[in-house]
Order: sequence, then structure tokens, then C-alpha cells
Amino acid sequence: MTEKVESTKKVKIPRHEMPCQEPQVRAHNFEEVALGYSEETAIEEAKRCLQCKKPKCISGCPVSVLIPEFIKKIAEGDFQEAGNVLKIKNSLPAVCGRVCPQENQCESKCILGIKGESVAIGRLERFAADFGMKTGKSEVQKPEPSGKRVAIIGAGPAGLACAGDLAKAGHAVTVFEALHVAGGVLMYGIPQFRLPKEIVQTEIDNLKEMGVEILTNQVVGKITSVDELMENGYDAVFIGTGAGLPYFMDIPGENLNGVYSANEFLTRTNLMKGYKFPEYATPVKVGKNVAVLGAGNVAMDSARTALRLGAENVYIIYRRSRDEMPARKEELEHAEEEGIQFRLLTNPVSIEGDERGWVKSLTCLRYELGEPDASGRRAPIAIKGSEFEIPMDTVVVAIGQGPNPLVTTSTPGLELNKRGNIVADPDTLMTSKPGVFAGGDIVTGAATVILAMGAGKKAAAGIEEYLKTK
Amino acid sequence: MYHVVKKRLLATGIALLDVNAPAVAAKVEPGQFVIVRVDELSERIPLTVMDFDREKGTITIVVQDVGYSSAIITRMNEGDQFQDFVGPLGVASEVENYGTVVCIGGGLGIAPVHPIARALKEAGNHVISVLGSRSADLLILEDEMHAASSEVVIATNDGSKGVKGFVTDGLAEVLAQGHQVKAIWAIGPMIMMKAVVDYTRPLGIKTIVSMNPIMVDGTGMCGACRISVGDETKFACVDGPEFDGHLVDFDLAMKRLAFYKDEENQAKARLECDCGKEGGHH
Repeated sequence: MTEKVESTKKVKIPRHEMPCQEPQVRAHNFEEVALGYSEETAIEEAKRCLQCKKPKCISGCPVSVLIPEFIKKIAEGDFQEAGNVLKIKNSLPAVCGRVCPQENQCESKCILGIKGESVAIGRLERFAADFGMKTGKSEVQKPEPSGKRVAIIGAGPAGLACAGDLAKAGHAVTVFEALHVAGGVLMYGIPQFRLPKEIVQTEIDNLKEMGVEILTNQVVGKITSVDELMENGYDAVFIGTGAGLPYFMDIPGENLNGVYSANEFLTRTNLMKGYKFPEYATPVKVGKNVAVLGAGNVAMDSARTALRLGAENVYIIYRRSRDEMPARKEELEHAEEEGIQFRLLTNPVSIEGDERGWVKSLTCLRYELGEPDASGRRAPIAIKGSEFEIPMDTVVVAIGQGPNPLVTTSTPGLELNKRGNIVADPDTLMTSKPGVFAGGDIVTGAATVILAMGAGKKAAAGIEEYLKTK
Repeated sequence: MYHVVKKRLLATGIALLDVNAPAVAAKVEPGQFVIVRVDELSERIPLTVMDFDREKGTITIVVQDVGYSSAIITRMNEGDQFQDFVGPLGVASEVENYGTVVCIGGGLGIAPVHPIARALKEAGNHVISVLGSRSADLLILEDEMHAASSEVVIATNDGSKGVKGFVTDGLAEVLAQGHQVKAIWAIGPMIMMKAVVDYTRPLGIKTIVSMNPIMVDGTGMCGACRISVGDETKFACVDGPEFDGHLVDFDLAMKRLAFYKDEENQAKARLECDCGKEGGHH
């Protein structure tokens, strides 16, 4: 009875807000926007958790974090232990607490969310992970070596999650990364103001402490191949090369100066630290008026980055309406607060340049939404004769990415689907080649960080099973 | 790890560096390139491979001091290290026995044409190399090109060595001798490669160029290096860097190369004023 009274009370307590930098201030710096809970707020928020006997939240988490357990530790003030509990299932909690779309995952299953507001699981995860990082105490227990070796291609979220689980099981893991740092999209894609690179690096360093070997500057498909890795004594290979091939619109003017793929724009800014040019030598530049084509998270990241680089007007150009925008609600709101302008039901047909070959304007068509199709989605239909031109200096194309073919084309016998994604067994994530596994965006197409991590963990389990048979 | 094993100055502002990179040396083929980053603050820049030694595990690059990063690299000494040295990247040259072929290297472009000429000669071709430079004192790798070729023709703009004029004048001389040229490789500044393809187009001789656009990652993930080839957009880092020169839109490629001119000048100026100062870049 007392328990029930308590739950009714807890439903009525709103979840605690996380302090943020003011929009007018943060729009001009690359510092992290969200500032994180204080210890007091974290404890208060953790106490809202009902500690369900059969927690539904865990089923909403792609890596099955022991949610009530770590939250209980926060409520008790044992922050260090909360972090340890997190790490049992999640190798990169400080990352996930920041970039997961919790509203569609763990928090969407929270019982409190039915009548009130769900527990802020993501914010608490972030708090506990950050605390662990500050104290610098990581309890690494080296497992008994299994004598088996596994090669992982790609040091993005899928590869790192897979590496973490395999290392915990005692396997010797080597990660091959094409860029000069590990992290994949966490390093080159997601901006500093949403995910500080120092935090990603600390989590990667923790993985190294667990015994994961990370080799950078290794372009598999060029310097070595999947078959060569198998011949050179690796017992299994995991391919987690992601969706790193930028799509363009295929409209006239797309090769003018000032037109970037979102990948290039964000890589220059984040990975190469172009926002600190000339201290860092890689330049990145935006003009006064910037158009970002697309409305996913990558588009929001690009638009907000353009603003911080000094653009005066930044437009999100999208051919559907607000309801169809694929970006996270929080990212949309943040973008809006910072002054990003939305041009919805609008799509570019061409980019015009000046005589020097630089972007001068964008010609767009207006759209309206038609009847819902079989999938219930209303298709955008161009309005004839509605062309209009907007002056523009910079265009960032953020309409999606496909699978980079460097690894797949150099691996004979690997079954691909018609979009070029690797076909893998849904349960074990083994590909058509025995001993070769794949997961993350290279299998699913561009998705989220946490789904890739979930796939990495699933593949680690699949590899574990496979190695037993060897 | 990627340290400079040997350094040689080829001309004023042009340095040849042998870099220790065994894994790259084991796999590289003529026509491919590497991407290097000197240190934490540096940019990633693409450099075509001039030579490689699989046994010693070295890659030879030739760099001319033309901007901020190239200035830093040409000033590196034996023992100095590159933080990152990635490769081999790009598609290798299509080397087979064509018969008689011409390899044209303009200025610094002589370096990347070198391994291609050698491979073509080893494949049984009669290789005529045409080397161009502004003047005799800027002509690089003459001995190496003699060794890699069956014949060498030199053209200097000021006439201080060989034919007076451009590489196209050298090529005209080769063609005037009646050689049945099956294919031409032309590597050098964009303006030179454009001049060569404009010259060979009416003659119908297959002409391959090696494009050197702005690159960031060099693995096909960003499209910074995109060029227009036969009205199709290609990424030079993964689809090239070699393309059929008669299909390349050189005007577009040259405009795209100028995108960061202001920033390059700014960085170079900063490097010059930092030189010798405590706490400078290097």
C-alpha cells in the first residue's frame, strides 16, 4: 500500500531539467550546449525511479543497460558504483547518455511516462558516466586470455562496442581504423557542442586499457583485406565500416565552390578542428547565407555548426513538413532556439554560381503534401511554376549516406543487398562468409549510434558462439 | 613511426623524402598516393608516391614548398616523424604492354610519373618520357627518369635545356619522329594537363591524367575531391586519381582548387612570421 502511494506521488513530480548554455551565447561557441545534472539534481531525479520489479525500460535499450540498478546507486549517492553498473553492458555510456534518442528507446518504455513524465534515464546515464570519468577510477579486471584473435574493421560505435565485449571475454582484439583517430562518427560527425571529443577519447582510452588494440591509419581494402586478415591468424572478423559515402542531390551546380557534403563540412570542423583555424591548419568556411539540404540529425548538426562558424542566416531546406522531419525533437528545438530558419515544403532544383565558380544562389520549388500512401506517409508533390531563387553563399548537402564500398568490393564472396549493404544473419550477424560478421550502418543503412552499438554487442555474442566451434 | 629515413634537396624548395612505412610499401602500386599529417595541428594532405622499396619498407615522396603544409614538409629532416601516413590510396595505373607510350611529367609532376614509366617499361613498352620545367635548374629526377624510360625528351620554358617551350612542344617533337604512340600519361599542374589533352584530343591518342584536387580523408567519405568526368561526378580519391583526360572538366577542377586560396595564404603568412619564434608551429 505504502509503495502504491509513493508511486502516485512520483508520477506527479516532473522530471528535472538539465541546465543548458543560453541560446544566444551558445550559438557562437563550440562549448557543450547541455551542462549536465548537479549531484543534488541527479539524486532527486534518480529517486523518481519506481525500481520496477520487471523493468520495461531495459527492453527499450538496444544494449540492455541495467537501468534500475544504476539509477538506484545514484539515488543512494554511490555515483562510482552507478558508473560501474553502466559499464557492464555499455562500453561508451558518456556517449550514449548524450546522443541516444532516449525518447524513442528506454524512456519511451518507462512506466512513469504513461501518466506523467518518464525518468530522465539518459541524463542520469550521462551524469554517472561523467562522474566516473572525473574520478578517473576504472576497475579493469583482465580476463583469462582465450587464445583467440578477432579483427574489427572500423572503430565507430559498432566496432568499439563489439571490441569491448570480446575483450571482456578474453579474446585478443585488434581494431583497424582508416582515419587517424578512432571513434568514427563520434569523432568526425557529431559536433563538439553536442559531444565533446575529449569525452569520446577518454572512453576509447578505457577500451585500450581493457586490452583492445586500436591501429589507426589502416584502410582495409587497400593496406590489407578481410581474406588476408583471416589468413594471418585472425579467427574471426567483424566489419563495422558504417555508412560513410555521402549522397548528393544530383542537381546542376553541385560541384560549385561552397557546396559541401555534410560529411566534409563536419569532418573539417570536428575531426580536423577547422573551427580553430588557423591554430589548426585545416580550413573550413561559410558565407553569410547557408542552406542545409535535409532535415535529419546530420542536417541539424551542420546547420548549428554553420551558425557557430559565423553565418548570419542558416536555412534548413526540406521538401516535407515539420512532422516528417527525421531529426530528434531535442535537436530541432535546440536548432530553432539558436535561430536556424526552416524552409519547409521546399526543395532545391539547381545551384547557381558566379563567374569564379562560387555559389551565388539556390533555386527552389515549393511543395505540398499529397494523400497518404500505402505506408501512411504523405508524399511531397512539387507545385508547378513555384520556382523562386534565394541568394546563398554556402550549401551543405545532408540528405543521407550510403555504405562505403572500400571493404565490400575487396572481399570476394560477401553477399550484399541491392543498396550495397552487407547481408548478415539477423541472430548471429554472420555474413555469407564463415567467420566474417558485420553490423551497424554497413548492414542496416544509416541509423543511430546506439543501434550500431547494439549490433556490435550482438555480433560479439555471435562471434563468441562461433569461436566455441573452432 | 613514420620517420624520414633520407632527405635530398632536388632543387630550390623541392625535397625528396624516403619515409619509413613498411605496410604501405608492401602494397603500393604505381599511380597510387598517400595522405600525410605532420602533427596534431596539421591538415591531411595527399601526396603521390614517387618511388617505393618493399624490402627497406620505405615510400619516397617529393614535395615542393608552395603553401603552408608543403613548406613544413620540405623543411623536415632525417629522423623527423609524420604523425600519420596513410595509404596506399586510389586505384593503381593500368599497366600492360601497349607498345609505345609517352609519359609526360611537368614540374613536380615528374615525381608521380616516375613509377608509372618504370612499370610500363618493365611491362615491355617502349617508354618515351617528356619532362618539362620552367628552367634547367628546376628540372628534377632526370637520372631516375632516364633509368625508368627508353628515351627522354626535355622541354624548358626558357630553353635552358632541351626543347624551348612547353611539354606539348616536347610531345610534338616525339610525334614528329613518327612513333605509333598508343597511350599517354600526363601528370603535372592542371593547366599543363589541360594543355596536353587539348593537344591530343584531335589526334585521338588515349591520354590519362592524374588529378590532384583538394582532399580530406582520401577514402571516399566526403567528396571534397569530386571532379566532373564525362558529365559524371567522380571522387578522385577512390575512383581515380587517374582518369581519361579527354573527359575531365579541367575548368571546374581548376576553380575548385582555388576554393581555399585566402586561407592558404593566411596560413602561409603565419608560418613565415612564426619561423624561429619560440612556441611557433614547429
